[in-house]
Amino acid sequence: MNAQLQPTGSAYFITKETEAAQTHTLAVLVDNEPGVLARVIGLFSGRGYNIDSLTVSETEHERHLSRITIVTRGTGHVLEQIKHQLERIVPVHRVVDLSVVADERGHDRPMERELALVKVRGQGDDRVEALRLADAFRAQVIDANTEHFIFEITGRVSKIEQFIAIMKPLGLVEVCRTGVAAMNRGPEGM
Amino acid sequence: MNKAVSEPAADTSAHNEMTGAEIVVQALKDNGVENIFGYPGGAVLPIYDELFQQEEVRHILVRHEQGAGHAAEGYARATGKAGVMLVTSGPGATNAVTPLQDALMDSIPLVCISGQVPTALIGSDAFQECDTVGITRPCTKHNWLVKDVNQLAAIIHEAFHVATTGRPGPVVVDIPKDIQFAKGTYTPPQTAPRTSYQPQEQGDINQIKAAIELMAHAKKPVIYSGGGVINAGPEASHLLRELVDLTGFPITSTLMGLGAYPASGANWLGMLGMHGTYEANMAMHDCDVMLCVGARFDDRITGRLDAFSPNSRKIHIDIDPSSINKNVRVDVPIIGDAGRILEDLVRLWRATAKPNKAALKPWWTQIDIWRARDSLAYRPNEDVIMPQYAIQRLYELTRDRDVYVTTEVGQHQMWAAQHFGFEAPNHWMTSGGLGTMGYGLPAALGVQIAHPDALVIDIAGDASVQMTIQEMSAAVQHNAPIKIFILNNQYMGMVRQWQQLLHGNRLSHSYTEAMPDFVKLAEAYGCHGIMCDKPAALDDAIREMISVDKPVIFDCRVAALANCFPMIPSGKAHNEMLLPDEASDEAVANAIDEEGRQLV
Repeated sequence: MNAQLQPTGSAYFITKETEAAQTHTLAVLVDNEPGVLARVIGLFSGRGYNIDSLTVSETEHERHLSRITIVTRGTGHVLEQIKHQLERIVPVHRVVDLSVVADERGHDRPMERELALVKVRGQGDDRVEALRLADAFRAQVIDANTEHFIFEITGRVSKIEQFIAIMKPLGLVEVCRTGVAAMNRGPEGM
Repeated sequence: MNKAVSEPAADTSAHNEMTGAEIVVQALKDNGVENIFGYPGGAVLPIYDELFQQEEVRHILVRHEQGAGHAAEGYARATGKAGVMLVTSGPGATNAVTPLQDALMDSIPLVCISGQVPTALIGSDAFQECDTVGITRPCTKHNWLVKDVNQLAAIIHEAFHVATTGRPGPVVVDIPKDIQFAKGTYTPPQTAPRTSYQPQEQGDINQIKAAIELMAHAKKPVIYSGGGVINAGPEASHLLRELVDLTGFPITSTLMGLGAYPASGANWLGMLGMHGTYEANMAMHDCDVMLCVGARFDDRITGRLDAFSPNSRKIHIDIDPSSINKNVRVDVPIIGDAGRILEDLVRLWRATAKPNKAALKPWWTQIDIWRARDSLAYRPNEDVIMPQYAIQRLYELTRDRDVYVTTEVGQHQMWAAQHFGFEAPNHWMTSGGLGTMGYGLPAALGVQIAHPDALVIDIAGDASVQMTIQEMSAAVQHNAPIKIFILNNQYMGMVRQWQQLLHGNRLSHSYTEAMPDFVKLAEAYGCHGIMCDKPAALDDAIREMISVDKPVIFDCRVAALANCFPMIPSGKAHNEMLLPDEASDEAVANAIDEEGRQLV
């Protein structure tokens, strides 16, 4: 498995992974019942998989279905295992690797958006500059007084990262991010 | 695995208002449960009160909850039905964790019902409270905390369905004490399962055709079968035998799969893997087509992965999609129930393949050369009982009986797998994946409860058996005449062997200085004790063990420092086995190279 032997002199045969890791976005449709998120998260921690971002909310109230969006990193082999292991969880209905589907449809990647609330405190020029930049990033002011703003910004992860970095010297106080919501382009559903 | 569900009695609708405790017992009956293994405590008293007032479900009282779990596992493996355990909250549930994980690793249908503190006290650090669903989440296939008595029946039915279908496994239903007292509506088992859980049973016919195509053109094929064939039911084992006959292919098996193909069969190569036979491992290494049925390319099987069967096309039949390509990349994966797929394979092979057994002749000639290496040989001894000899004599003296064998974990387990011949499925119960010392004795109890008239033997080690030896008391109480055959070498033999191989023979804490007198121990429990330390006296002693109609502890004193060979040393491939006649002290000391040892 593209693996090179690393003799340990133990009862195990440890192999070194040589394949490069990729970032993928998974959509997981689950029964919204107690413990279901713990099952998903426990799977990732228990098997040593990575979670870069995780977003969850009930999306179909009548059927009590929640949609979990997970951004994870791993080799192709690990990503395949993650999908199959998620599918083994009893309340999991479907697992779609949105990155794979995007690739199959000739798209670079799935549509991904994140929302962040960013609180900036400052006076004078910094304050004016923060407001000017927020406008350039199409961030909304959702709360303000003479000392601070709370901006609401939506966009790709890179845009939010950039906005937060820019706000840092202008008096960044607090950040809250939702994690990534994602779906694929085109008329087809999940 | 088929779900054993009896039709609910016609009059249940009249009695469908019940307490939670009544619902539990009714649900057990409706799921075909005859025996459960358990230990009472505060949070399950209402259920025990219900059990007391009926006769259909028999309760086997164990001495420790771990024993209940392994007994239920043994029962499940010997019957093909779900094993059921009943434990109280807190320590009762935590003691169940080891058998739950054991059942998860070996795909055993095990239903654990646990009591919980009353709903209002959950989270308050109440007496004997623990987060049972949290603790058991990673060691079960699924688990439930029941918060509404009206959901209780449906949850228990679903628990049996999940445990026994697809890839079988353990489940936990955690029931707070107030739910056991509360009145609610009983609903009978339903056939419509939840929509998110739909295991695929039928294999993709195009993949099966691709498999036939590969097999038909194979010059050096091998079949590698595993516990999945046993789990798929006796019919699957029958079909496997038919496939072997039709194709003329050689067959090997994992530890878990022993008995699916008979050890006396002409095409049998013996077990494969770390302590498998030379011919099985060489055939795996040199084959051109490998048919893996219901096995999972475990690390004890493959040896070093980058040298695992380098020139073969691989077909993998498994009911769990996550087993495909997990450790070894395969060419033709077929997802589904081993029995169903074997049925299709046999049917299509008959219809389309032109059997050309003559083409396999050179391959069989090669296999016969490997067989002639006699990799299970050992040096006989007239003064000391060799452990291999003890297993061989046990096998010879019991082979005309209906015999079930369980084991603990260690050297004795491997010797039993190598030297005891298994002819039928469901007659061999051992802890494979988790490697749980202490499994065999309670498992034997479970098997004996399932088959009261059979001869049930736990081939044990002196160290393992002491982990759950308290269950001898349960065996006596329930008239289960299990035979505990201890290969007593005073060491944790497998630990000692690894210390010899890897750690300069520094035997750190692997010697048991104060061994109990097992004969007196047997007598103390009200069992029969036998001690034997002479090869010449062994046969008579074994006959005595068989003839005694009560539980027996047999202290078989064997050579203290025998090693279990053949063996694939760590970091080596299937074709680099250490064979017994080459295993000089020097070869053993150098079996694992310098680089490997430095990394320890």
